[in-house]
Amino acid sequence: MAENRRIDEVTGTSTSGHEWDGIEELDTPMPRWWLWSLYATIVWGIAYVILYPAWPMIHGATEGVLGWSSRGQLEAEMQADAQRRAPVMNAIAATAIADLPAKPELMQAAVQGGAAAFRVHCVQCHGAGGAGVKTLYPSLTDDDWLWGGDLATIDYTITHGIRNPDHKATRTSLMPAFGRDGILDAGQIADVVSHVRVISRQEKPSASSARGAALFEANCAVCHGPAGEGGREVGAPKLTDSIWLYGGDRASITATVTEPRNGVMPRWNSRLDPVTIKMLAAYVYSLGGGEKAPAPNPAVASEGSGTEGLGADGQR
Amino acid sequence: MDAADGAAERGFAMMDDLVFKAAGWLGLALLALVFAALAVDTPFAVHMVIIAAACMIALWAGVSRADYAGMARGLLRMPQDQGVYDDDPVRWGVIATVFWGVAGLAVGLYIALQLAFPALNLGIEYTSFGRLRPLHTSAVVFAFGGNALIATSFYVVQRTCRARLAFPTAARFVFWGYQLFLVLAATGYVMGVTEAREYAEPEWYVDLWLTIVWVVYFVVFVGTIVKRREPHIYVANWFYLSFIVTIAMLHIVNNLSIPATIFGSKSYSAFAGVQDALTQWWYGHNAVAFFLTVPFLAMMYYFVPKQAERPIYSYRLSILHFWSLIFLYIWAGPHHLHYTALPDWAQTLGMVFSVILWMPSWGGMINGLMTLNGAWDKIRTDPIIRMMVVALAFYGMATFEGPMLSVKAFNSLSHYTEWTIAHVHAGALGWNGMITFAAVYYLVPRLWGRPRLYSLRMVNWHFWLATLGIVFYAASMWVAGIMQGLMWREYGADGYLVYSFAESVAAMHPMYLIRAAGGAMYLAGFLLLVFNVWATLAGKVREEKPMTETPYNAAADRPLASVPAE
Repeated sequence: MAENRRIDEVTGTSTSGHEWDGIEELDTPMPRWWLWSLYATIVWGIAYVILYPAWPMIHGATEGVLGWSSRGQLEAEMQADAQRRAPVMNAIAATAIADLPAKPELMQAAVQGGAAAFRVHCVQCHGAGGAGVKTLYPSLTDDDWLWGGDLATIDYTITHGIRNPDHKATRTSLMPAFGRDGILDAGQIADVVSHVRVISRQEKPSASSARGAALFEANCAVCHGPAGEGGREVGAPKLTDSIWLYGGDRASITATVTEPRNGVMPRWNSRLDPVTIKMLAAYVYSLGGGEKAPAPNPAVASEGSGTEGLGADGQR
Repeated sequence: MDAADGAAERGFAMMDDLVFKAAGWLGLALLALVFAALAVDTPFAVHMVIIAAACMIALWAGVSRADYAGMARGLLRMPQDQGVYDDDPVRWGVIATVFWGVAGLAVGLYIALQLAFPALNLGIEYTSFGRLRPLHTSAVVFAFGGNALIATSFYVVQRTCRARLAFPTAARFVFWGYQLFLVLAATGYVMGVTEAREYAEPEWYVDLWLTIVWVVYFVVFVGTIVKRREPHIYVANWFYLSFIVTIAMLHIVNNLSIPATIFGSKSYSAFAGVQDALTQWWYGHNAVAFFLTVPFLAMMYYFVPKQAERPIYSYRLSILHFWSLIFLYIWAGPHHLHYTALPDWAQTLGMVFSVILWMPSWGGMINGLMTLNGAWDKIRTDPIIRMMVVALAFYGMATFEGPMLSVKAFNSLSHYTEWTIAHVHAGALGWNGMITFAAVYYLVPRLWGRPRLYSLRMVNWHFWLATLGIVFYAASMWVAGIMQGLMWREYGADGYLVYSFAESVAAMHPMYLIRAAGGAMYLAGFLLLVFNVWATLAGKVREEKPMTETPYNAAADRPLASVPAE
């Protein structure tokens, strides 16, 4: 090896004396900055493994002299944040939901918190702005409510969910499958659909709709009301407006009457604490369609949408 | 009389040999067809039919190429010329590299567009992102990269050992066996066959096949080193050898699994829970280390000094950085599992080893770049050298970024974001891609005995398209990743998240478009390579201006004579 060494003319450095397929190697010393940087990272590494949990032992691992753990860090951060938010959270917890609008600052905080929880738990179905998904999930931005749009009612719906088979207090109802189960034949369904399209002002009255009116009276009015104005106790939608969850054209209504969807929403009391649910209700209420709580005296309660909630001027 | 008997005996023996081999292939083909008939799922049946077809091709190749006239006369076939290197598998490997490169880059561009325009999933499972994504990663890493590595390792080990490949038949088996592995893997992904382990998706029977191929690869490579005619083993061969040995270990351990049935494509991992995750990322990170770093450094150690015609910068540095690199890399995997169920101590070690890895990684970059010492002018005149320099620059960038991202404070921002994608592609497109292109451009004229490449100016265009493409790609994904990370952790003053996840997805759209544009440029550059290689193979040479010309001023080219006064 040594005997083949030569000095490389360009660099003035000796070669190592090896040669493969014409490739030689210079015997340049390692760059000092490189070597010292390597040493520095090693020293840093040694310090780090002393300070932090690092070496596995027979039972567990070294804990590090700082006593740090990732679970501990998370716990500390969560506690600090909970402490920071405690005054507002306690105040919301102590306020009955119907009284929230009377305390604008608290209501504002609840709406903010609800918006954050909504982004995590609700946008998957109801969409980022709560506008829903056509033919799948209802919009929360209008004042057309299936189960009711005042604060306490929304809170109840979120808490107990809709059609949760494992939960007694859940909101539930079942529209019969008029077509699938043979309750009405195809001609009768067509007549009912004609009637529904007449009361929603999409069609002119016809012989078919006249026959449908009688069928509606016998089969549908019990839930949807004699005039199709809907029934919130059973979540039966209003049929006289132009808001259609599953579509308002002839084919869509026929499909619904034939085999209804009977949509489901999870109950959230098994996953979220009551304060978060309260805040979610405030947020949903604030989206545009929030209704006043029904007054204690039913005689004074106005039908339709009370429009005094936050930003509850009509969407249509 | 005796001589004639001997010849006849030899002829019979060779004929017997051929018959046995043919019967063996036929038997394997029939066995595969039996498995296909008994298969419990369609993809497994399809794969067994593919294997049967491969056996029949091997049978046909063996029978049709046999030297029957020689056998009849009892002549041994002339031994191959020991005075030339055995380059057939290298030539096939270069062509396979180019072929799989087009496939891998095109699929990559397509899935990049899918992210920007989800309608391109076409609504069918075969073209969904989830199936095409492993097709892309495996096509570029294992098909494009793997073929380049097998081809260059066979080329380099012969030249630096001054010896022909040790087992020529086995070397051919390695090449074709590896292609069969790639075909089974690729078709499996599209049909939904997957172990769901990143970069180790193929199912148990494909893994077994790759194990066989890889062990044969090891035997060929080590056999060639053993019969070398040089006193020392060149540094490139250390790197190639550590690649072959370690990939075998990683592949076998990470793929330990139990098939649900030997007639089906489903298997269950031998590990569970966080042990499974750690095994996977021990493998995953070392696939980056021992597939995408170590053997590509081997390519660097051969092709850079050859192209630059300069000695390697520092022998000592190559020793120290080789051993420190392979010792440290193997521990770095846990940094993929920061802030997960993995115990804190394992996370700490993963991070510490990753940070110490920084300088050993840079040792390779220094040795590559400083080898140009004395040939810096070639960066101006030689687009192949330029590719090598940019490859090493991206290698340096990626191996700085890697240790940085392994630090928990950075990782908590970058993890699960597009930053990881930017990091991987700075390495893959910049380092692996560019050094491979340079090696292909170096090899093609030499392997096919052409005076030079069809066009060096086209190489220059390829260089600029690829470099700009990477810049668009990496920059857009850096921005996207940091934006995602910041949006996900953005809390309002009242303590609530400001953005929903869907909002961060929507914000990515322009970045995805820029990324796709960068990918398209990179693919366009590669298509120039395809054309250039094809034209060179076809024996064409493009008439073009050389890359540089020394200026010549005819007016100044005369003696200074005194001018008589008027």
